[in-house]
Amino acid sequence: MLVSMSESTNFFSRAQGSVEVAARFAELHPALENTAAVTESQRCLYCFDAPCTAVCPTHVDVPKFIKKIASGNLEGSARSILDANILGASCARACPVQVLCEGACVMHRYNKQPIEIGRLQRFAMDALHASGDPLPFAPGADTGSRVALIGGGPASLACAAELRRRGVKAEIFDARPLPGGLNTYGIAEYKLPLAESLREIDLLAQLGVEFHFETVVDAAKLAELEASYDALFLGMGLGGIHKLGVVGESLQGVTNALDFIAGYKSGTIHAAPARVAVIGAGNTAIDAANAAVRLGASEVHMVYRRGSEQMSAFAFEYEHAREAGVKFLWHVMPVGVAGTTHVHGLELAHMETMEDGSLAPKPGETFMLAVDLIVVAIGQATHTEFLDRMPAQDGDKVRLERGRIVIDRETGQTSNPKYFAGGDCVNGGREVVDAVADGKRAGIGIAAWLAGQRQKSQKPAGGDDANA
Amino acid sequence: MPTLETTFAGIRCMNPFWLASGPPTNCGEQIMRAFDAGWGGAVWKTIGAQVTNVSSRYSSIDWNGQKIMGLNNIELISDRPPTVNLREMAEVKHRYPKHVVIASLMVESRREAWHEIVQRAEDAGADGLELNFGCPHGMNERGMGSAVGQVPEYCEQIVGWVKEKARTPVIVKLTPNISDIRLPARAAKHAGADALSAINTINSITGIDLETLEPRPNVDGKSSHGGYCGPAVKPIALNMVQQVMSDPLASLPMSGIGGIGSWQDAAEFMLLGAGTVQVCTAVMHYGYRIVEDMGDGLLAWMRRKGYESISDFRGLSLPKMRDWQHLNLNYKVVAQIDEAKCIGCELCYTACWDGAHQCIHLDRTLAAPDTTRTPAMVAAESSRRISTTPIAKLDLNGDGVSGRDVTPLERIPRVEEEHCVGCNLCSLVCPVPECITMQRVDTGLLPQTWAERVEAGDGAGSEGVGKCAGS
Repeated sequence: MLVSMSESTNFFSRAQGSVEVAARFAELHPALENTAAVTESQRCLYCFDAPCTAVCPTHVDVPKFIKKIASGNLEGSARSILDANILGASCARACPVQVLCEGACVMHRYNKQPIEIGRLQRFAMDALHASGDPLPFAPGADTGSRVALIGGGPASLACAAELRRRGVKAEIFDARPLPGGLNTYGIAEYKLPLAESLREIDLLAQLGVEFHFETVVDAAKLAELEASYDALFLGMGLGGIHKLGVVGESLQGVTNALDFIAGYKSGTIHAAPARVAVIGAGNTAIDAANAAVRLGASEVHMVYRRGSEQMSAFAFEYEHAREAGVKFLWHVMPVGVAGTTHVHGLELAHMETMEDGSLAPKPGETFMLAVDLIVVAIGQATHTEFLDRMPAQDGDKVRLERGRIVIDRETGQTSNPKYFAGGDCVNGGREVVDAVADGKRAGIGIAAWLAGQRQKSQKPAGGDDANA
Repeated sequence: MPTLETTFAGIRCMNPFWLASGPPTNCGEQIMRAFDAGWGGAVWKTIGAQVTNVSSRYSSIDWNGQKIMGLNNIELISDRPPTVNLREMAEVKHRYPKHVVIASLMVESRREAWHEIVQRAEDAGADGLELNFGCPHGMNERGMGSAVGQVPEYCEQIVGWVKEKARTPVIVKLTPNISDIRLPARAAKHAGADALSAINTINSITGIDLETLEPRPNVDGKSSHGGYCGPAVKPIALNMVQQVMSDPLASLPMSGIGGIGSWQDAAEFMLLGAGTVQVCTAVMHYGYRIVEDMGDGLLAWMRRKGYESISDFRGLSLPKMRDWQHLNLNYKVVAQIDEAKCIGCELCYTACWDGAHQCIHLDRTLAAPDTTRTPAMVAAESSRRISTTPIAKLDLNGDGVSGRDVTPLERIPRVEEEHCVGCNLCSLVCPVPECITMQRVDTGLLPQTWAERVEAGDGAGSEGVGKCAGS
């Protein structure tokens, strides 16, 4: 299915959330009211070479957009944000600001209260959305070049926006029925509602980004795309969540965090059973545990084979889960799932640290946790095997390292010059803002590379080609 | 124990805090509440031929979230009949005999008119008279207010008429809307005035509504220039008070006015010679209750400084003001940044580069000091840097962000002391108290002023025309 610019996209109207879920997932950080936003913006010191900007992967000029809120220039504020980060609206909500801009705020060393940068950014972006105005950028003059982008997540969206601003045609191919990837389907609803992700993408569609939905790109499809596009951007993210590898894993009531989160966000899951165990201790595991609580579970356990000090979730996320009433089982590992057709228990073994530092279950000591739902969140596998199967010539292979695509950080270019990449499939799984930054650099990189290619092809034969 | 009791031009005052003539002193009921709150005196809203006021009347300037940095008004003198004002004045004096009530007066420029109003005010029990020669709007169009204050001859004539009649001290309120405030002050003194008060409000337009293009305050789509007051005018008022008080031909007991709202403001006016201070805008903003801290704070400061009464410190800063030509050219200070206090905002850096003398640098982590690296180069380097979100327990040791409480050395600016001219700007923009201080350095030279240098015959040729920082 191709949705072109000429058709009315309006993804926002196709969001199918349930009212019940929406009520249970009230915003963690509600919008700032106008006076509050102005007052907060006036508190910003307007640092030079501001640390909040430097630490932001997309380098949003934070003091600049904040001072524009203070001066009442909301239009300019939104433009300042979008110029650096085309997904400024979702990043304002989804970013772990505590370890990014707000974590870097000099106010920590002044009066201890950092500027609420995330909420201010959202304020400026909400104002743009409320105005009904399009993005404050026009597509560049058509260069005739076309780029296919694999995956419709933040990396591809950001890349596509840069390409459109430079007059390059950008077509996104995604397996799902709606765009946005994890931005749409994977962020906790109390941070970024699905509909808000779609609203933002509607503006990108207005910029001329085209979408092909429900299109799975495998090696054959990729070869087909390679033949008909001038360059390709790989932004397909990661693959499925790892399996537990224990008996009973295929019983009903065992799911993974991504399916669970996508399910409640898109309206196919409306409630959680009473007893839920989430396996893993990363940020996604926390999101799943918090969701289970909000969906009505009365007892939610997080199960992790190491201690709290080793968990990969941000400290503030851990706090959030504790406040939500999630219980933690440390130093235990699932060794089996009990049940007949439906899960009714999770068998756990206590872990001990061996002399060499590795972890091993204590022999003979297992116990049963009664559960109705098990949500696995022990990290995602990579999803790059199809690249290895590409019928590429020697030296044209897209180089991988531990399943991740290797790129030049500044341009996003892979070892095959026609292929660029960014986002989770490159960095192994970081934040939306990291994917946007990757996509932005790649979009600029692709446009520059394409301009070079066009220049080459215009030169008389026997010129530069001799050096190629 | 220090005391706030003082005597001003012969008037005994329980404290030096008076309400200035204006909306807070519009009627007797207000003034009695003000006295209950602790005000030592009140200058009654100017009494004269009854006027009609417009609606609306005030407008203001807010700054970075602070309301009323400056206030503007186009209200005229009292719009109540003089008989009502004077009847209430008598009642106030009857009920508050120890409090000071000053009658502010403004009538047409006729000897008989002035004689009559003086008589009536004194009969009502006024402790003194304040001649309003300052009102800059409306009344001046009728030949009164600043129309008098701006012409020393008129000023002298009317003060003369008033002094013929008055039995109580006569205070002349000066307008700042004049090139040299000393001239009407000298005229008033020459005519026998007992005291001065300064300043009245400054001609102003506070702003324009950018939707309607109508200036504020709006009276049926039109506006008129009004009198500006409030915190923004304090520096102007201090300067004018000092000019008058340093001039032997002009100086008289001075009641300081202009942006006063705290005990510090009051102390500053007194250090430049004021014997009492008058407050209006701050009360319009926060109410009569502010006087409590003005007294409390001033007494605490007096205790710390060892002053027993206001006369112990009144005017002590006057000898510390002098013409520029008598400043020591061989005195030198340089900025010093306390690295332990610096939060790394780099406001001093950008201020010094763009607004001063390019002597603060970001080179502490470079191999060698680099005074040629411009702000644009610093910003460009940052924009090229690739940043990623830290993953807890992988990229960070600790609870989220490393060093959030410690300023990275690369963000702490460095002052190139050799180049620092000691302008103060960095210390003024620094948001952290005591972080940037100006330290005296020994130039090894004896003090020398411009005047001395000219007298000695050197310097005039090489730097005959001084550069003006403000131009």
